Amino acid sequence: MTDKREWPLWEIFIRGQHGASHRHVGSLHAPDAEMAILNARDVYTRRKEGVSIWAVPANAIAASSPSKKGPMYDPAEDKAYRHPTFFDIPKDVGPM
Amino acid sequence: MYAQMVKSEGPKDQDDPTKLAEFQARIDAGEKIEPKDWMPEGYRKTLIRQIGQHAHSEIVGQLPEGNWITRAPTLERKAILLAKVQDEAGHGLYLYCAAETLGVSRDEMTEMLLDGRMKYSSIFAYPTLTWADMGAVGWLVDGAAIMNQVPLQRTSFGPYSRAMIRVCKEESFHQRQGFDIMMKMCAGSPAQKQMAQDALNRFWYPALMMFGPSDKDSVHSSQSMAWKIKMNTNDELRQKFVDQTVPQAEYLGLTVPDDTLAWNEEKGGYDFAEPDWDEFFEVLKGNGPCSVDRIATRKKAWDDGAWVRDGLMAHAEKARAAKVAAE
Ligand SMILES: [Fe+2]
Ligand SMILES: [Fe+2]
Ligand SMILES: [Fe+2]
Repeated sequence: MTDKREWPLWEIFIRGQHGASHRHVGSLHAPDAEMAILNARDVYTRRKEGVSIWAVPANAIAASSPSKKGPMYDPAEDKAYRHPTFFDIPKDVGPM
Repeated sequence: MYAQMVKSEGPKDQDDPTKLAEFQARIDAGEKIEPKDWMPEGYRKTLIRQIGQHAHSEIVGQLPEGNWITRAPTLERKAILLAKVQDEAGHGLYLYCAAETLGVSRDEMTEMLLDGRMKYSSIFAYPTLTWADMGAVGWLVDGAAIMNQVPLQRTSFGPYSRAMIRVCKEESFHQRQGFDIMMKMCAGSPAQKQMAQDALNRFWYPALMMFGPSDKDSVHSSQSMAWKIKMNTNDELRQKFVDQTVPQAEYLGLTVPDDTLAWNEEKGGYDFAEPDWDEFFEVLKGNGPCSVDRIATRKKAWDDGAWVRDGLMAHAEKARAAKVAAE
């Protein structure tokens, strides 16, 4: 049933006006990269949401596995000292 | 709503009870479920139906308004309507992409719409007879859609929630441009005001039907609400819609076509007449005034576009092969 000639899927990343990083906004189908960027313009930037578009073939993205969430992210849990709020600096010291 | 009467499937025998309990706990804790996470088959299937139906509604929903683009009364109104209809195409695409993360392709969903296996909202099976209908559709139809889509931003399935956030950002413009048309017509000649009244008369009950059957007849709700696929009951949203819309009609100087409409102090909302549910079920079965035409139009667009889709794909493959050969 699924036509093997279905247009491939692209993941779209857009950088907004204010110099922030490209952000994933969604995906779309297109025959090639050039069309993916043109389609992304129409689908994701109708209200000047961006000044730069990246289109990445969806099958080129490697993703971490949701079932390995524990071993991946738990080690950061007991390292509160990585945050500045861990340290109490007396008011007298002034801004720091 | 845009997804009315979505047949829901509960947990299945083969679902591992421990995993099911963990899954429900994640939803109850407000966590988002992402495509690669474990999910019950019933959750996945119900979501494909619901998001697919929602996507189809956005796409088919372009037709009643597209009907007036070439005949808009001014160039400005034409540009606005064009932008609105283009947004609806975007909404359809966001939603198809969300559904595709569940393992169904957009082309498959399109084929299921065209051969009747999937549905679209009953509202789009009604005709748009005059320019005032563009006002009524934006005001009432997009208004009803907003009522449903705002809470769906909190739905449990991540990609659906993100699509809804995007849609909701754009939807307010749709309703306002519709109300703006209604204001203009109601401030115009008596004949123009009559057109606005006529549009309200024809769209009032179909708009109420958008929320789906009455809760007492809504068999699919409870599982979907537990899984946060559905956030409110049909009657809750319908009541909210009526309470919000009646004062707007009064502002326009129009009469809601319901003799029984009355403010109920006790419940703090309006009492109102239910739409004709027999008509609703007929429309859902594909017997609405424009049902045949809508699907025929979509099918023609799909068939006529086949050579373009294939041609662009062939061109892309050829260009890729040429590039490889040159390297
Ligand atoms: Fe929409
Ligand atoms: Fe809309
Ligand atoms: Fe919508």
